[in-house]
Amino acid sequence: MSLVFEWLSALFLFAGGVLCITGGVGILRMPDFFARVHAAGVTETLAAPLLLIGLMLQMEWSMDLVKVLMILVFILATNPTASHAMAKAALHGGQKPLVSDSDGAQTGGASSNN
Amino acid sequence: MHYLRILLFLAAFWWFLSGYLLALILALGTLSVLLVTWFVHRMDRVEGGYQRLRVGLGLFRYLGWLMWQVVLSNIALVRCIWDPALPIRPVWKRLDTRVATPFEKALYANSITLTPGTLTTDVKDDHFMIHCLDPAGLQELKGGEMEQRIRSLGI
Repeated sequence: MSLVFEWLSALFLFAGGVLCITGGVGILRMPDFFARVHAAGVTETLAAPLLLIGLMLQMEWSMDLVKVLMILVFILATNPTASHAMAKAALHGGQKPLVSDSDGAQTGGASSNN
Repeated sequence: MHYLRILLFLAAFWWFLSGYLLALILALGTLSVLLVTWFVHRMDRVEGGYQRLRVGLGLFRYLGWLMWQVVLSNIALVRCIWDPALPIRPVWKRLDTRVATPFEKALYANSITLTPGTLTTDVKDDHFMIHCLDPAGLQELKGGEMEQRIRSLGI
């Protein structure tokens, strides 16, 4: 049984690590600030939970397990607030999102009603 | 006095997490509990009183569904990031909303932001401003499944 947990844990940790790198690559590749926030979201919303679950699978039933679980809940609860605050600060600072012009007529609406 | 209840709950929670009986640690704990209660007091001034969150089975079912959506959109975004062509078509548009209570609104805006590929940049009375990496993400939100699920929670 513990061998199953070991392998499952290794799988989660590996997936989490790959997703962390993916988030970093995304931040580098995305064209503007707002798109980068999305890329950073991969690290926060999937990579971090996978890493924490991977760690939990290796732990005994204890207080520490509950604490790691709480860290997981807090990350997921506070991440949107941080992302929203960053996006709003960028807008407030005069950054305008880069929008694709491929769907032509519809793009005007957004900027005019803010 | 509900601040007293918050104070006691935070103190108990802190004790539950810490478990130390050193004077310095206890002093720091007391300080942080008082600080958080003061923050809550300040927030209540903005929000106009406190609201009780009705935690039920429905909320947990919604959170489970939301986590699954987060995983799905993460997979889509990861494929997009590793695609040499970087196939993104960012849009920044208005999304009309019909959520009524402040809690529903906060839950909806946060759920949108938590899902990679969609980001709430502004929350107004009857609409949000949404930044999407792909028009498909916005179309999915306009389809209203998430909104419907939140409204049916009845909180």
